[in-house]
Amino acid sequence: MPSHSQSMGRAAEMVLSLTVAGQPCGVPVLAVRDVLGPQTITRIPLAPPEVAGSLNLRGRIVTALDLRRRLQLPARPAGQKPMSVVVEHQGELYALLADGVGEVLSLSAAERAANPPTLDPAWKAVCQGVHRLGDRLLVVLDVERLMQIG
Amino acid sequence: MDDILAEFLTEAHEGLQSLDGALLSLERNPNDTALLGEVFRTIHTIKGTCGFLGLPRLEKLAHAGENLLGLWRDGALPATAEGISLILAAVDRIKSILLGLQTEGVEPAGDDSAIIAGLDAASLRPPLTASPGPERPALPAAEPTPGSAPQTIRVAVDVLEDLMVLASELVLTRNQLLQIARSEVNSPFTLPLQRLSQITTNLQDGVMKTRMQPIGSAWQKLPRLVRDLAHELGKKITLDMTGAETELDRQVMELIRDPMTHMVRNSADHGLETPAQRRAAGKPETGHITLNAYHQGSHVLLEIGDDGRGLAVGMIREKALRQGLATPAQLAVMSEREIQRFIFRPGFSTAASVTSVSGRGVGMDVVKTNLERIGGVIELRSRPGRGTTFTIKIPLTLAIAGALIVEAAGERFAILQNSVLELVRVGERGGARVEMIKQTPVLRLRERLLPLVPLAPLLALEQPPRAEDATSFVVVTQVGAQVFGIVVDRVFDTEEIVVKPVTPILRDVTMFSGNTILGDGSVIMILDPNGIARATGLSVEGGGELAEAPPRPPLGRGEGERMALLLFRAGPGAPKAVPLGLIARLEDFPAERIEYAGETLVVQCRGSMMPLVPLGQASPMPPPGTRQAVLVFGDGDNAMGLMVDDILDVLGAPLLIERGGERPGFLGSAVIAEKVTEILDCAYWLRQGGADWFGRAPAKEASHPRLLLVEDSAFFRNLVVPALLAAGYDITGAANGREALRLREAGEHFDAIITDIDMPQMNGFQLLRAVRDGGPWEDVPVIALSGRAEPAEVEKGLAAGFTDYIAKSDREGLGLSLRRALQPRHAPAAITAPITG
Repeated sequence: MPSHSQSMGRAAEMVLSLTVAGQPCGVPVLAVRDVLGPQTITRIPLAPPEVAGSLNLRGRIVTALDLRRRLQLPARPAGQKPMSVVVEHQGELYALLADGVGEVLSLSAAERAANPPTLDPAWKAVCQGVHRLGDRLLVVLDVERLMQIG
Repeated sequence: MDDILAEFLTEAHEGLQSLDGALLSLERNPNDTALLGEVFRTIHTIKGTCGFLGLPRLEKLAHAGENLLGLWRDGALPATAEGISLILAAVDRIKSILLGLQTEGVEPAGDDSAIIAGLDAASLRPPLTASPGPERPALPAAEPTPGSAPQTIRVAVDVLEDLMVLASELVLTRNQLLQIARSEVNSPFTLPLQRLSQITTNLQDGVMKTRMQPIGSAWQKLPRLVRDLAHELGKKITLDMTGAETELDRQVMELIRDPMTHMVRNSADHGLETPAQRRAAGKPETGHITLNAYHQGSHVLLEIGDDGRGLAVGMIREKALRQGLATPAQLAVMSEREIQRFIFRPGFSTAASVTSVSGRGVGMDVVKTNLERIGGVIELRSRPGRGTTFTIKIPLTLAIAGALIVEAAGERFAILQNSVLELVRVGERGGARVEMIKQTPVLRLRERLLPLVPLAPLLALEQPPRAEDATSFVVVTQVGAQVFGIVVDRVFDTEEIVVKPVTPILRDVTMFSGNTILGDGSVIMILDPNGIARATGLSVEGGGELAEAPPRPPLGRGEGERMALLLFRAGPGAPKAVPLGLIARLEDFPAERIEYAGETLVVQCRGSMMPLVPLGQASPMPPPGTRQAVLVFGDGDNAMGLMVDDILDVLGAPLLIERGGERPGFLGSAVIAEKVTEILDCAYWLRQGGADWFGRAPAKEASHPRLLLVEDSAFFRNLVVPALLAAGYDITGAANGREALRLREAGEHFDAIITDIDMPQMNGFQLLRAVRDGGPWEDVPVIALSGRAEPAEVEKGLAAGFTDYIAKSDREGLGLSLRRALQPRHAPAAITAPITG
């Protein structure tokens, strides 16, 4: 990942904050194409469990990934509608389903720490690093690696 | 790559493509100076450019070839078959160097001295004794006319592909807008939206056209291939090609190019006999391979045939037995045709010996698989001693397709219409029923046992428990020779969709061939019958019962468009059918709800009285306790019902009506699903129910707008009239323009005229001119209803002064257009009614 974050340069420090099952996360702002409220999502039978389905974004078909499932967190309570953070990956659009989307944060490099070595391997694979945000910790997600499923 | 080099490569490639053909005709007519000039120029141009670009290998080769060609052209030497072979060899080498140049950017290393030496030797050979060559015309071969502006431009394929994607997305957005507009009455958007819709359709057609190429461009290499094969195999072969101008999508063309070449190779190698064998069989020495292409509906049919020995059924049978593909008992009951289809099995080659030409392990199974991947079908016809013909049916384009929308366990899916053979409703009392053979569901369909695949469990969908006798539908589909049914809970409409590939992270899910966005904006997955067949062990081309091949398409072209038909039984005699599009909905009333109002049977339905017309029953009133099936035409206040005994089936079939047995109420009969079926004359039955019904309220009658329908096809009149009657119009028919004008002379007046374009005696344009030339009909709106609604046609029509120009298939468009043309005088209810049930 170092090469990845370096290539992003200074802009990599701007992240869109979101919450997944209470855990503050962030995705690099440059990767984000759109943020959408609750959408009608068509289920895709037999798809990997992380794939929540597909949705229509202005005439383009977007595949929805449920971050809770992707990060092996408990399922979203019934009735709670997710937000969609649309990212582009190899020319295709994907919607990352999060419980809530916050503001864009400018993170200073000084507050960034590497993944703790004891972090859950499933998380380690998709986390770029951890930021100290006051009293909370924000996990920066690597979009490329989030897509490596199935 | 260097721009100049890229330009040179494209140009050289184009020149060389036509060169093969020119050289072959030269072989037949060595004295054709114009042809010689053309060949010479092509090689000369390549030589010149090579010198300029610094490509020594190419230059030397082209130079040697040019020398020999120059001598021929000047008549110093006669063109011989050996000489042409040498030139062909040089051209081949030039092609392979160009290929290297294209990939590497530099000339590949290699030794051409043998070819050059051959060419040089041929150039030095003294002229043969007699004839000093052909007489030369006074003028050198004609130069291209100078100053003519180029009619074509070169556009990168990527640009066209991008345009195609954008046009597709526009279509989807348009569909969404139309869906929204439909739910709003008197929306100010209706008009501009209709225009947008038309433009979008035209744009889409236009973009599609840019992707069309004549199939001949994929045939260019075949004459050369056949010539070389004939030499190599010691056979005499001519290749006849017809329909080279038939156009199809370039994407489809790329995909069929290799299968086609393979089949021509097969015909030359296995199909045709040697001259000696042919003589012995009493046939001319020269064998024929024929290629024929033509359009049929939205498909291209391609025939590849030979007049050779035909498939050796005995040998195929033996081999199938040896390879364990079938038991002797199975083979004994198979028809010859079924046995012939073994050649489509993987690993099956009938060639007794593996020659260098074919039998390389790429068999007909690969051809078949490749074709099926693009929705194509391959058929085979072979007669011993008379030859073999393969017929390939492929869709014109892969981008846009009609799809049937179905539902299983509450989820919707699309199935491409060209993979649907028919639709069967099951579970209804008295109707077809799903039967179980030890937990394997099957359906008895016309003496055949159809294996069934319930969709919900296949897709691991949780199916809420359904009533034992709940209605469901079987979508009958075919993969290879295997016919099977996919069981779904409901069937909705059909919709034109733009197929989009599924995202790469779903590549392991083989049940879907793509996805798309429907008019209501939702995303829907497209089911892939091939994937379903594989997943359920309905192995392609084999296993289980070998089904009959689908019926061969009729030899005539174009006629018999497929049409969705509702099959039902009413009274004694043959089953009856009616185009599904004319029926508003199907109802099933308990007998108790049907009552007499005077002479007429009526039923209370959705807040109004609907008259019922019995169709063929001896005693119209059904016995108490039973239920009565009713086909409902029209909607709301104008609905009427036709009482029938039993709804049998809904299926798509070509409708070729044969007249005869002038029975009132029927247009004639047609063979549908292998049974003689009577086709209902809807106009007749609507009159039966509506003679006093439409005229019931004289006060209201004045508000029925009067229409004149000018149309020469009685069948089409019968399709349109009931729909318009049901929508609350009064309608008068005329068979052509003359007849229509006679009505004008008789003092008739109409609120609008709908006319066909192609009619005998007086066509639509002539009628329009006569109407607009003054007289009482001068200001009446005239709507053209044409089978051909190409953008250019529409433009021509509107320019000529038609109020609107609508495709015959576009019933909704006609309704909208009529309402607009009649505003503000009349505004009847919507003409279309959704089909429920």
